[in-house]
Amino acid sequence: MSIFVDETTRVIVQGITGRDGSFHTRQMMAYGTQVVAGVTPGKGGRSFDGPDGTAVPVFDTVADAVAETGANASVVYVPPAFAAGAIMEAADSEVAFIVCVTEGVPVLDMTRAHALARDRGSRVLGPNCPGIICPGRTNLGIIPGRIVTPGPVGLISRSGTLTYEAVHHLTRDGLGQTACVGIGGDPLVGTSFTDCLAAFAADSDTEAVVMIGEIGGTAEQEAADWVGANLDIPVVGFIAGRTAPPGTRMGHAGAIISGSSGTAAEKTRAFEDNGIKVAKRPVEISALVAAALGR
Amino acid sequence: MNLHEYQAKELFRAAGMAVNPGEVADDPPGARALAERYGGRVVVKAQVHSGGRGKAGGVRLATTAAEAEQHAAAILGMEIRGLAVERVLVSPTEDIATEAYVGVLVDREAQCPVIMVSAEGGVDIEEVAATNPEAIHRLPVDPRYGLMPHQAWTLATRLHGDTGLARQAARIISQLYDAFVGNGASMAEINPLISTAAGEVKAIDAKVSIDDNELFRRPAIAGMRDPASESAADAKARAAGLSFVKLEGSVGCCVNGAGLAMATMDLVKYYGGEPANFLDIGGSSNPDKVVAALEIITADPGVKVILFNIFGGITRCDDVARGILEAVERMDMGVPLVIRLTGTNEELAREMLADAGMAAVTSMDDVVREAVRLAGGDHVDLR
Repeated sequence: MSIFVDETTRVIVQGITGRDGSFHTRQMMAYGTQVVAGVTPGKGGRSFDGPDGTAVPVFDTVADAVAETGANASVVYVPPAFAAGAIMEAADSEVAFIVCVTEGVPVLDMTRAHALARDRGSRVLGPNCPGIICPGRTNLGIIPGRIVTPGPVGLISRSGTLTYEAVHHLTRDGLGQTACVGIGGDPLVGTSFTDCLAAFAADSDTEAVVMIGEIGGTAEQEAADWVGANLDIPVVGFIAGRTAPPGTRMGHAGAIISGSSGTAAEKTRAFEDNGIKVAKRPVEISALVAAALGR
Repeated sequence: MNLHEYQAKELFRAAGMAVNPGEVADDPPGARALAERYGGRVVVKAQVHSGGRGKAGGVRLATTAAEAEQHAAAILGMEIRGLAVERVLVSPTEDIATEAYVGVLVDREAQCPVIMVSAEGGVDIEEVAATNPEAIHRLPVDPRYGLMPHQAWTLATRLHGDTGLARQAARIISQLYDAFVGNGASMAEINPLISTAAGEVKAIDAKVSIDDNELFRRPAIAGMRDPASESAADAKARAAGLSFVKLEGSVGCCVNGAGLAMATMDLVKYYGGEPANFLDIGGSSNPDKVVAALEIITADPGVKVILFNIFGGITRCDDVARGILEAVERMDMGVPLVIRLTGTNEELAREMLADAGMAAVTSMDDVVREAVRLAGGDHVDLR
């Protein structure tokens, strides 16, 4: 199984004609994702060429794309100035699952976009996230398909390349995945660690979960408490930023220790207090998962 | 991006807020002239991006213009937490009756702006939060409606029992929210918001941080950046689109992705080394970015080795290799380079590097251990 999306999910791409949008749309289609349409304002009526002679229609609006194709998910690759607007357009058409890959979206724009998505019942993943891949089923975003393989491990992370690093080890060690979810490095993200944990808990194929966090905020601490109270399957954790100085933003807009809150030590303690085994190095994650699964 | 107090006050005044008067001077005679205009009794405040200005001696009261000039002379050229003071703000002193706190920031949990007010102003609000949390009143604001008049009024009544004072405070709270949203701030704060013996409510300090993601559409605010507050390395990194944080160690790090970059620093420390920096070259690997990154890292005399850790997803390993080769050709590194490349086009990248007599490994642990060894750190294997 998988979480949030699967091979039947019908996906539109907002910003399909842009440089990043067109490249990653072809990657997603090659992986087997059901991309049914693209949306670029002013380019409606055109056709977008996918791999191997495939093509999908391009629409001016999300409403038209949804009406014509029955899409129920969207991936947003539009520039930061227009990203929150694109999310709101998708939510307004009641697209159920919206992935926003774009980095650099103004935070106040996102306060409005998240509020509208909540009202319309849409789930937003991101922004500033690599998306979600369900190995062998579907890929929404930019996670490279060749580093994953189907199996029993669910993975949740705030980061992109650090996720690839961890998945790479899991796959190499024969520990496949039900889904790998990048929730995004921004301070305001639509889907939290806890949302993903709850989804993995409801998925009978997921036998263990890996949670990759980083400094800043309290999302990991809340997720750890949720694990302690609700989750029966083993969880392995990793926290990036043990050497990060306080008060300094470490690349991700959300990765900042404010005062004494949001440190790696605080998050590690929350993990350990709730029975989550914490890897000291990325390479240890896979071994801890194998041990937890009795392999 | 942090603004100076005088810049934050300009934004507040533009929102119509009652703010105490004041102007900046960059030399002692200028401060004296301002003090004379304000009648001699003034406060002289260092304009620097650092808390704790008062404790560091950067805020001084003067009773005459001559004294203001002396204070300005002492403060200008002083360093507060490593930052040189280049300007002072001169304001007339106020007859303070009460001091309150009013602040707005975007709350990560509530996912909306939250206004905080406290009748205990003029002190460190984090300390109030730690010792007397009930003294702080918090209100989440739905960004679609904005701060409604009754909400501002309710908050104001937590600060003042007197209706006249509360009405003024409500107006200022609304104006602060407007300035926050209207300028793309991530934080805006008045501490203290005073009432005077004459019954006036006004801001006598101001602190604003702007969301960096807003600057592309706010050129006037982007123009408020103080070049003196930024190191040459930081300015160069910003111009090149690199995320960079200078640290004090000897292992220069160049990584793609913020999470992997933090994990790389942590691993350097794990193996007994000290990272010299955080540097994320970002998703797309233009060779020019790699060259800029290397120039920034090698400009730090503390760096003894440079470590590349690239996990190619969107970033193509051959692009990074091209950047490394270009940089090696253009400049004298002066320090050894150790490289880890895995992912998209890694074979091609490895061949390109091999042709130039350079090698790359595939394991993150291997490359970090080698970097720590070359930096001369104690190689401690903790396993």
